[in-house]
Amino acid sequence: MALDQLYQEVLLDHYKQPRNKGELADADVRLELKNPFCGDEILLTLKMAEGRIAAAAFSGHGCVISQASASVMTEKIKGLRVEEVEEIAGKFARMVKEGRYEPPGGEELDEFAAFSGICEFPTRVKCAMLAWRTLLQGLQTHAHDHPADHD
Amino acid sequence: MLDTRQIRSDFPLFAQPENRDLVYLDSAATAQRPRQVLSAMEQFYERDNANPHRGAYRLAERATAAYEAARSRVAGFIGAGRSEEIIFTRNATEAINIVARAWADRHVNAGDEIMVTELEHHSNLVPWQMAAQRRGARLRFLEFDASGRLDPGRMDTLLNERTRLLAITQTSNALGTIVPLKDFIDKAHAAGALVLVDGAQSVPHMTVDVQALDADFLAFSGHKMLGPLGIGVLYGKMAHLQAMDPFLFGGDMISSVDYLHSDWNEVPWKFEAGTQNVAGAVGLAAAIDYLERLGMAAIAAHTHHLTQLALERLGEIAGITLYGPRTERGPALSFNLASIHPHDLATFLDQKQIAIRSGHHCAQVVMRKLRVPATARASFYLYNDEQDVERLAGGLLQAKDYFKKWL
Repeated sequence: MALDQLYQEVLLDHYKQPRNKGELADADVRLELKNPFCGDEILLTLKMAEGRIAAAAFSGHGCVISQASASVMTEKIKGLRVEEVEEIAGKFARMVKEGRYEPPGGEELDEFAAFSGICEFPTRVKCAMLAWRTLLQGLQTHAHDHPADHD
Repeated sequence: MLDTRQIRSDFPLFAQPENRDLVYLDSAATAQRPRQVLSAMEQFYERDNANPHRGAYRLAERATAAYEAARSRVAGFIGAGRSEEIIFTRNATEAINIVARAWADRHVNAGDEIMVTELEHHSNLVPWQMAAQRRGARLRFLEFDASGRLDPGRMDTLLNERTRLLAITQTSNALGTIVPLKDFIDKAHAAGALVLVDGAQSVPHMTVDVQALDADFLAFSGHKMLGPLGIGVLYGKMAHLQAMDPFLFGGDMISSVDYLHSDWNEVPWKFEAGTQNVAGAVGLAAAIDYLERLGMAAIAAHTHHLTQLALERLGEIAGITLYGPRTERGPALSFNLASIHPHDLATFLDQKQIAIRSGHHCAQVVMRKLRVPATARASFYLYNDEQDVERLAGGLLQAKDYFKKWL
């Protein structure tokens, strides 16, 4: 059933036991975004070190898709350089919008692929993208305010 | 009960192969249209299409006649004294914005107050926030109680000689509450304030008589009452409309234009700048014909029955929260099921061909007060039947089972 393509076990795991849930003290990046479609909101906090993401955490509320997506994302981006994050975010966006699965590299490939069913549910793409949009916007603002950290 | 089998056969959308099994429970967002409405619009384009009020030829006269006939049809439907008190807009939102601009900018001053209610849709809240900001006025909120009702008695502490206007819904799109408007309007008038009624959810479902209510303004949308998208109505008492400047400027809204100065056309045409949605007005008039042929009282009784049945059936489901009053309510029913997010619920039900709304319903103040980010909402109209309610209840039970490991 198509529904099982959307609600995969991997998402269940992340939804029930979200990783990196909370708020980082002394965060370098702190951004709250809302999904105007449903009122869901996410607060993302990041610690940056030498152009890399040292730590990431999220809080807020939302549906299975948005919460699981945020949980997987915070795990995936840890230790990555900003350019790498942007590349992965692009892959994720293409996957949930067009169903094209490009392995992001590294381990835990299946966790990323678990979101590939979303392209069959266009109204839910925004849910999956909320955390990633917050991330990209937060990084952009940070780059603008701290150009030296991003060379 | 209405003969829903007969009624559904008037709606081409339900006959499409992909919609055969559809349970459409989102009429509070937009209704479907019967073929009587669609063919009235098609006939206008095929036989009478020209730019109204402009051409000196018979075709243009027919277009003008069709447009103005629609205006008087609308006036009759809501009990307006004169058809010139009907202004065609794109939707209820635009109608409210006209008043929040054209009326408020002339009649609301620094230190004045505008009263709104916590039940309002964003379209009857945000325009007033902006008007209050522009004019240096204060926004006061009439609160709703635990069951989603407004108490006219609470107006006494809020009303004063600075209150210029009460903006109030007649039926809440989020909680379903039907507001006993007359009490509120009389109190506002006694304090010297005008009243704008948001009728987007009430006009499609019940008889609304602006003169009996003594409403100063009434805004509603055509598309929620079987009419086409893109046509709405602002009713205003003639004296108020005359004491307002136009909102948009351009063609047909002027009486004369000189190099540096222009004079305005008469009400209502001074508010209808540019070529209007004539086919939309014609379609709205056909929708009113359709509604009145069934009878507004019969429609209200039908949806009331379905809503009461839904309250009963959904109420039997363990873990469900139903929002809003149980009685004196319209057919929009908000709920949450256990901790399943409304979006997940809506996606699940969609797989069962059941279309419900999920989200904040453009009423975030209501959501804040209920302390929920979102709700699911089912709404009923004249083409829904008891089986639709049963399908919804059954779908919710299946959803609960499907998501049980997620809770």
